Amino acid sequence: MLSLIVFLPALVALALSVLPARLGPRAFAGAWTATGLAQLALVLALWTDLPASGYGAVERREWIPSAGISYHLGVDGLSLPLLALTAVVFTATAVHSWRQADRPKNFVLVFLALQTVSTGLFVSLDLILFFLFFDLSIVFMYFVIAGWGIGAPAREAALTFFLYTFLGSLALLLGFILLALAADTPTFDIPELAALNPLAGGGTYAALTLLALGIGLGVKTPVFPFHTWLPPAHTEAPAAGSAILAGILLKMGTYGFVRIAMPLLPAGWRQFALAFVVIGVISVVWGALVALAQNDLKRMIAYTSINHMGYVLLALGAAGMVSADNEQARQLATTGAVYQMVSHGLITAALFLLAGALHTRGHTYTMSAYSGLATRTPHFAALFSVAAFASLGLPGFSGFIAEFQILAGALTATPVATVIAATGILITAALFLLAISRMLTGPVRTPDAPGTPRPFPDLSAPELLSITPLLALATVLGLLPRPVLDVIEPAARTLNDLVAR
Amino acid sequence: MLLLILLALPLTAGLLLPAARGGRCPVVAGVLAAMGTLVVAVAVAVERPAGQAPLLAGVPAGFGVDGLSAVLVVLVAAVLPACLIVAAAEPELRTGRFSGLMLVFTGAMLATVTATTLAPLLMAWEVMGATSWALIGYRLDDRGATRAANVAFLTTRTADLGLYVAGGALLAGGAAAMALDDTATLDGGWLHLAVAGFVLAALGKSAQLPFSFWLSGAMRGPSPVSALLHSATMVAAGGYLLLRLAPALEAAGWAGPLVAWIGVVTALLMGLVAVVQDDLKQLLAASTCSQIGFIVLAAGTAGTQAGLLQMVAHAAAKSLLFLIAGLWLAALGTRSLSGGLRGAAHRHPAVGAAFTVAALALAGLPPLGLWVSKDAVLAAAAATSPALYAAGLAAALVAACYSGRALWWVWQPAPDNGPHRMRVPMTATAVTAVLAAAAAGAGLLVYGPLSLHPDPAPHPGELAVSAVLAAVGLLIARRWAARTPAARPPTPWLRLEPAARRGIARPVLRLAALLARADDQVLARVPERAAHAVLTLARHTDGHGERAVEGAVSGVADGARALGRAARRPQTGQLHQYYAQASTGFILLGALAVVVIVVR
Repeated sequence: MLSLIVFLPALVALALSVLPARLGPRAFAGAWTATGLAQLALVLALWTDLPASGYGAVERREWIPSAGISYHLGVDGLSLPLLALTAVVFTATAVHSWRQADRPKNFVLVFLALQTVSTGLFVSLDLILFFLFFDLSIVFMYFVIAGWGIGAPAREAALTFFLYTFLGSLALLLGFILLALAADTPTFDIPELAALNPLAGGGTYAALTLLALGIGLGVKTPVFPFHTWLPPAHTEAPAAGSAILAGILLKMGTYGFVRIAMPLLPAGWRQFALAFVVIGVISVVWGALVALAQNDLKRMIAYTSINHMGYVLLALGAAGMVSADNEQARQLATTGAVYQMVSHGLITAALFLLAGALHTRGHTYTMSAYSGLATRTPHFAALFSVAAFASLGLPGFSGFIAEFQILAGALTATPVATVIAATGILITAALFLLAISRMLTGPVRTPDAPGTPRPFPDLSAPELLSITPLLALATVLGLLPRPVLDVIEPAARTLNDLVAR
Repeated sequence: MLLLILLALPLTAGLLLPAARGGRCPVVAGVLAAMGTLVVAVAVAVERPAGQAPLLAGVPAGFGVDGLSAVLVVLVAAVLPACLIVAAAEPELRTGRFSGLMLVFTGAMLATVTATTLAPLLMAWEVMGATSWALIGYRLDDRGATRAANVAFLTTRTADLGLYVAGGALLAGGAAAMALDDTATLDGGWLHLAVAGFVLAALGKSAQLPFSFWLSGAMRGPSPVSALLHSATMVAAGGYLLLRLAPALEAAGWAGPLVAWIGVVTALLMGLVAVVQDDLKQLLAASTCSQIGFIVLAAGTAGTQAGLLQMVAHAAAKSLLFLIAGLWLAALGTRSLSGGLRGAAHRHPAVGAAFTVAALALAGLPPLGLWVSKDAVLAAAAATSPALYAAGLAAALVAACYSGRALWWVWQPAPDNGPHRMRVPMTATAVTAVLAAAAAGAGLLVYGPLSLHPDPAPHPGELAVSAVLAAVGLLIARRWAARTPAARPPTPWLRLEPAARRGIARPVLRLAALLARADDQVLARVPERAAHAVLTLARHTDGHGERAVEGAVSGVADGARALGRAARRPQTGQLHQYYAQASTGFILLGALAVVVIVVR
């Protein structure tokens, strides 16, 4: 079942690759959409019979037994919501690409490949398998940015992205090897390592392993100060690429923390929890403040991603501070962190797709070039406002459920850091309100070609159909969080127990 | 179930209405939804249901209605239809967006006053703030309105951070479900942190000092919005929260006096600000801060019932005043008292009479509503501290002054140039009449539900003193009204907004720009520099290292070649030279043998 979910997009890509490219975007994007919907249906089927504890839909086959490497897949409450998120965001991106004019066949093929590796990463229960998907995601995203970005800066940004995250992944591999060697018989199996807990004693070895993992995952997340690859990559990537990069790929970093770093290195995590809290808080404040200073819409959204991912780190760090022995607070923090991943994926993907819609019409991301769009393009303005308010954590949207849990849960362990992090909510509000009032209100002004006013139509059907479901889902998750929380909470409790042992 | 309907009806209707198109359909649907909400609200107030639903891990969303909530639920639901009916008089407000936002705004307030745990309270609280942003900035082409909306939202959200902190403090202090009633029993320092958070949030929302300035800008919004925002929602929410938490304020010790003093100082200072305003809406807005100050004072002195009474009486009077200000603005195109509003009351006597009743109530003239409620508040203050009572009396005198001044201008002989008679829809006139009756009779509520029965009750002597003060204030206003400043741009409110801009907004923006530069020029450069360093190293390796290695290799080859050449030299082909070489060799060997033997 899981193998089918993971490799379905790759199989479709193989089948599509033999078709002639002249079939046009509709055929390819249509096939991609259908694949996404099928994958979503399979994930929902999985959702209905998730076991109450442990992993569901486990698949395990020998791969390189001499090194303790196996093909091991499984889902639990931490990965299932992200699995669903992956299917949703990719499907929305597929719908958004129905009018992809530039080499639609290759575009769809690369994205299908990316879909397979993203799905695969979230269900991997083997470190090497995880690493494989982790690295392949970098490779395919490189092709997306370099191939469909705009001009020479795109290639440069793609290279920066590739080298930076690839270096990060090498640190990750080093950490994985150190982890595997720590066991008596080396193994890369995540549940086995979690059960063995070879580094329970802490010490320098554990600290170095955690450092390697922290750098590797921190680059991908990204957290301060490893975030500088993100803004150029987002600015140059096509809208669909940005949506996937922010919506799915960033989650690989934070997911790595909850799946690998915390349960496999509990002693180290507890010892250095404060460091993660500090990095999280710096990311929150730094990301929000730098975003406030941007005039480029995409860069602004990119920096808010750093802000939002900072909350995840803050929560996970606070959950490691067992000294403040408040079970419920840690539970809220960890659950909030996972919820934040899902919520940010939905909202930021929508924001980037909206930014793409703006660029298609005005050919620039500069916010000051636009004004009064609420009168000219009411649908765009409405959706952008909704997405902005969702992103600034307004109750009624999923972001609030995540951030409230994180802040309330983290306050017990680290009151000062949490109060500082709470100011991030305010700064994000300021920057989105500024963006809205700059672009949407006032007299109508759009960037025109010299001499002739360019047509500036409202959102097209594919754009509406891709963005609206994302925001609708963010609203549903904000008003009725229980169905998803019911899945996350048991897994978060297990995780907390693993960290606290 | 009843509670669910109460909350779901306005919220759902509000979310659906923006899709409604054309004609009077959105207006009618909006008013019907509001009326329906009112009916349900009355039922809820009688039935007093309560219930909770799971929300987060161990943190339920609790809703319930007690005496305090019951009064507010009805009040909120009653003001909304009044505002919607009067708003229909303005063509630009007959849209689905407007009606929808008003319904959501009210729905959020209803959720705020019925929430029994913090999580749903905070959710409703912030949704209310966001809706107020959308309503203040309703006119999309008016940049000033958008800016005012931004200021309002950001100021109130700054204060809202207090609620987030309070949530964490509740959890940490042992109130696992985050029930509001548990605040007073929190452990240790968490009690103080939680109370500080609640107080901050409440002061911000109800525009008390030092947050008052956002209310001044909020006047850029349509008048019916102001009528709703200033009476039963938004600013009332802050007062409500403090009344709800009065036991916790007392438990914290410092919070009660602090809140009481902030309330009374706001009442006094913002009253003085109101006295010098020429813009009617600005005058009314400043007076809102001042009147809400009395509610805050009541919360700080444990006069919950008095505060609630004041809230009801003020809501009736203030919503009426704003609605009429809006009608005049629509008909006469001005808000300037000494300008276009001179003699406005003559142009439509029914509306003018309603305005008079409300303004006199605001002045605290007996036997109108605010006379009773204000004295109930002052009685509670007097029981705590005579200084508070004295300051409160001064604020009451000031209230009579600004109300009297507004009255004096609108009853001046009308200049001949304006329209002689103003057209007001019958429905709007009817609404003003109903509200005027409510404003006048609100004092009778002390004989009503128990939650409105002030304790301690005002002493007859106190009532007489304040009645005299109100009369004196009105007389002062009559005497001096013409001398107070003439038409000019809105008088700044204690220069608070420029201070906030200079002191907070600008430094933050400057810091943001600085950090952005650091991000681009320092952080982003580090990996770039590292990459360059690697390239340079590679070039060096290529240039120097490679040459050295290559040099060494070719050196070895050259040496070998030289040795080979040297080895070829003895091969001369001449026999006598070979003999000479052989004999030298034998001698050397012989010498070596001798040495070896000797040494051994």
